[in-house]
Amino acid sequence: MDYGLSERGAGRPKPPIAIKILIAGGFGAGKTTLVGAVSETQPLRTEEILTDQGVAVDDVSGVEGKNTTTVAMDFGRITIKNRFVLYLFGTPGQERFWFMWDELALGALGAIVLADARRLADCFPSVDYFERRGTPFIVAVNCFEGARQYELDEVRLALNLAPEIPVVLCDARERDSGKKILITLVEHAKARNTAPPEKMAGTPAG
Amino acid sequence: MRSSEEFDDERWLDEHAGPLVRPYVMTRGRILPIRGKFDLISLIVTVRPVPMSEVGFGPEHLAIVDLCHEMLSVAEIAGRLDLPVGTVRVLLGDLLHRGFIAVEEPQPEVNMSDEAMYEAVLDGLRTL
Repeated sequence: MDYGLSERGAGRPKPPIAIKILIAGGFGAGKTTLVGAVSETQPLRTEEILTDQGVAVDDVSGVEGKNTTTVAMDFGRITIKNRFVLYLFGTPGQERFWFMWDELALGALGAIVLADARRLADCFPSVDYFERRGTPFIVAVNCFEGARQYELDEVRLALNLAPEIPVVLCDARERDSGKKILITLVEHAKARNTAPPEKMAGTPAG
Repeated sequence: MRSSEEFDDERWLDEHAGPLVRPYVMTRGRILPIRGKFDLISLIVTVRPVPMSEVGFGPEHLAIVDLCHEMLSVAEIAGRLDLPVGTVRVLLGDLLHRGFIAVEEPQPEVNMSDEAMYEAVLDGLRTL
């Protein structure tokens, strides 16, 4: 309705709608690679600072007396027909970085939990986090060469995932594979968020 | 002598956390921007060049003004200038305060239950 690209009347073209997508996973799971494979821009690495403000909400016991620290964050972008811009944020999934996730997850369309098939347990915290927050997410198992091939059902079982959560295999280096994961996520988020209310009510059966 | 031991205990300083930086130099000790909130995906655009006569800006301020002739997100500015996001926020606050940049906050009305939005995004992803 009110998004007309040709509306130049006001002088400035309407800015694209920004959509956040999160990429979580343990260290070395391939987040940086995945962001790089699908981003239209050179993938960027930025740092977020944890300041005293963060200390109020975080458990930083053991690091008292330290005012700032930083956490690395990978960042990429995909423009869709000048109407939408998907911003991809990849950042470590450990609990100690959740102060960042809280900001990132706000208004995010969904999350991709990238799992290293050799170290599945590394993505437990991310799965927990998104489950608890109610953020739509999928699990993408990055198949490194030489890694044991997991059956997807094994992964689902190991991560104790609800049946509706998609689990896919991927190669984070491949752009097409990355695209496929993004499509899977958006489809999943769509199914969840536009489902008739009676289907949404249930919490995952324990 | 002791310092290496101290660092061993410092669990924030590892490859997960990234390098420790001293962002306060560029922001002259400030942690928060004097104006604006600057979400990571807020879009910034330069609205006028900084005249030679303008005082009080550092090279990082000027770099942002240069960079943002094309609209850029806060996260991208941080990445391109290789500065921590917190630092960039403070610098952006200065620029906003003096009217050199404009900020487009992320649209709160991205309606997550809007089927048409998902369709459009899916469509776009499939044709990439």
